[in-house]
Amino acid sequence: MFLNVGPAHPATHGVIQIRTELDGEIVRKADVEIGYLHRAFEKHCEEATYTQCFPYSDRLNYVSPLISNFGFAAAVETLMDLQVPERCNYIRVILSEISRLTDHLTCIGASAMELGAFSVFLYMVKAREWLYELIESVTGARLTISYGRVGGVKADLPEGFEKECRAALKKTREVLKEVDELLTGNRIFYDRMRGVGVISASDAIAYGITGPFLRSTGEAYDVRKAFPYFVYDRFEFDVPVGEHGDNYSRYLVRMEEMQQAIRIIEQALDSLPEGPTNVDPEGEIIEPDLMSDLGKYGKTSGLLKNEVLIPPTLQGSEKRYHDRVAAPSKEAWLPPKEQVYSNIEALMNHFKIIMLGHGLRPPEGEVYFPVEGANGELGFYIVSDGTDRPWRVRCHPPCFPIMAALGSILEGDQMADIVPTFGSVNMIAGELDR
Amino acid sequence: MEIDFQGSLQTGFFTSRMDKMLGWARKYSIFQYPFVTACCGMEYMSTACSHYDIDRFGAGLPRFSPRQADVLFVVGTISQKLAPVLVQIYEQMCAPKWVVAFGVCTCTGGFYDNYATVTGIDHIVPVDIYIPGCPPRPETVLEGLMLLQKKMQNQKQEI
Amino acid sequence: MEANITLQKIQENFENDVIEVHSRFQQDTVVLASSSLLQVATFLKEDPELQYNYLMDLTAVDYWKRKPRFEVVYHFLSVANSFRLRLKVPVAEPEPKVDTLTSLWPGANWYEREVYDMFGIQFTGHPDLRRILLYPEFEGHPLRKDYPIKRRQPLIGPKH
Repeated sequence: MFLNVGPAHPATHGVIQIRTELDGEIVRKADVEIGYLHRAFEKHCEEATYTQCFPYSDRLNYVSPLISNFGFAAAVETLMDLQVPERCNYIRVILSEISRLTDHLTCIGASAMELGAFSVFLYMVKAREWLYELIESVTGARLTISYGRVGGVKADLPEGFEKECRAALKKTREVLKEVDELLTGNRIFYDRMRGVGVISASDAIAYGITGPFLRSTGEAYDVRKAFPYFVYDRFEFDVPVGEHGDNYSRYLVRMEEMQQAIRIIEQALDSLPEGPTNVDPEGEIIEPDLMSDLGKYGKTSGLLKNEVLIPPTLQGSEKRYHDRVAAPSKEAWLPPKEQVYSNIEALMNHFKIIMLGHGLRPPEGEVYFPVEGANGELGFYIVSDGTDRPWRVRCHPPCFPIMAALGSILEGDQMADIVPTFGSVNMIAGELDR
Repeated sequence: MEIDFQGSLQTGFFTSRMDKMLGWARKYSIFQYPFVTACCGMEYMSTACSHYDIDRFGAGLPRFSPRQADVLFVVGTISQKLAPVLVQIYEQMCAPKWVVAFGVCTCTGGFYDNYATVTGIDHIVPVDIYIPGCPPRPETVLEGLMLLQKKMQNQKQEI
Repeated sequence: MEANITLQKIQENFENDVIEVHSRFQQDTVVLASSSLLQVATFLKEDPELQYNYLMDLTAVDYWKRKPRFEVVYHFLSVANSFRLRLKVPVAEPEPKVDTLTSLWPGANWYEREVYDMFGIQFTGHPDLRRILLYPEFEGHPLRKDYPIKRRQPLIGPKH
């Protein structure tokens, strides 16, 4: 019998079609059809300037957009040979790990929901909501954040971030404990997951699978350990590996990875460097709109020595603008908006980077930069021809090889096993189809 | 006392009351079909879960069969490849039915203006409520939902 | 400087096929004639000192107006040695053609389908070369530089 699963099926988050050939309940052959969310990411990047690519890169993996943001930024920085400040690297690590948490929370929540554990889904989304609020306080948006910049990040962390972050992590840990008690020893969950969707380590490598999916088979490859980027080599964390390569192992690996992510964030918060600041500490603090008004009236003397507080989000959480999260190179870094409005140098700098025909101009060349995304190795391959637009941007999506292998994983399992196996892949259509 | 049904039908009193009553019933029992494709799905999840609790508006139960649903939530970018599927689902739904365009991709195509995407689902299915935003915050979604309820209440009801 | 072994070994063993070698940004790159792609890939995978067990990425670049026009780009990874290698194979018009790597890495199947879909490069020996991201009715190959970004070919509805 032939049976079509998808493209609009309740168990397929994101759109995908699995054409199955059934023998009774057993899947004899499964043909996976993708491409329903092809949005021409790579073509758009060729049309846009380097800075304009960031919003597109948010929407690759929309469950953990910060990782792809920083990955793209780091690729361009490698191309331009830029060094970003310490503090910026720490911020990138912290936010990447928060993103990894939201991604795994969504994945486990959704796949548990499909097995009937609806309350787990509610708990997980509850925890995700706290992390989203945290991300919002930093970036100003919940999901599509566009926070990465070539040579830095958009703005510094808000005041009181550390306290909020620790509180949210503490609550998230409690949720994880709760879910662990609900699921890990649960007979129904165990029987549906154990021994289902098995893949061997050699098969996984042959397909080019990375990330939690690979680690569940016992291979411990993790980009953060093998090719440390940002400042990952300074933190202590374990790379959890599974034994059986089945759905249950993948669940356990993801649960453990969340604990490790929390561990990394806490270490990074402990050692978050203050970094250099160009703001004169003796300058008084004034409102940013007053500062830009003064600049417009031409009263610029001594203006730059003032420290301003800007409310970048709707909630009004305040952060100081600083050069400590930006590379010193003026050819890459967008000056803060208050400076753009108040002095001519910053305005010209801004103009040179933003306006068409100017912009960032990395030298001719090509670069491949891998980061550890939530699903595995996320790589950006950028070819520059020396103009302000990339000649070619290629995103290596981590769930693409997994989906390529999905057909052969499903074969021999039962019809009902498609749902948990597909759930454990954590397919993100945005990065799969781009 | 005898009620003059015939007379009230002619004056329209009875039918307009009937419309109000049906509208009231329909707006608080929304069975939605979430056609989730992309990023907006994350905010849809947030809206549906306990934090924002869409159940307060009587829309808590998504039906994953278009035959049982009466509001089609189109959540996320619709590509040219997917467009025939969306139209088929819309046609499978029973009247009365409403369509909500969730997110800017479904409203106008957003910044995905290219060979692969449909620039606004109103090219292929009629839309009742547009919720802009990329993706819209859950609060925006709830406001859109309330506007839809208002529309359901005030429109002429098909029976 | 371990990674330089790879370049050295390739140059020693395939002297006549290597067009160019460089490692800008500490990323080893080999430009190779397309005829010997399969041999080099087999060598990379099976050489006990290199052990490139991963085909991490496979894509193509359209250098419009340059000759040869296309370049198929392979990224290999050796987990055991933490080596990475980029292999580039120039492919000329009018019938761009390259050998498939599906016999060595089954994962190459979908990557090659994607490159075929987006660039129209044929892979000889590929078991199932058809479109993957777009639909069969689509004409042309969108990531080629001469395909305008807004040329739509809708299956349904108006052409906007």
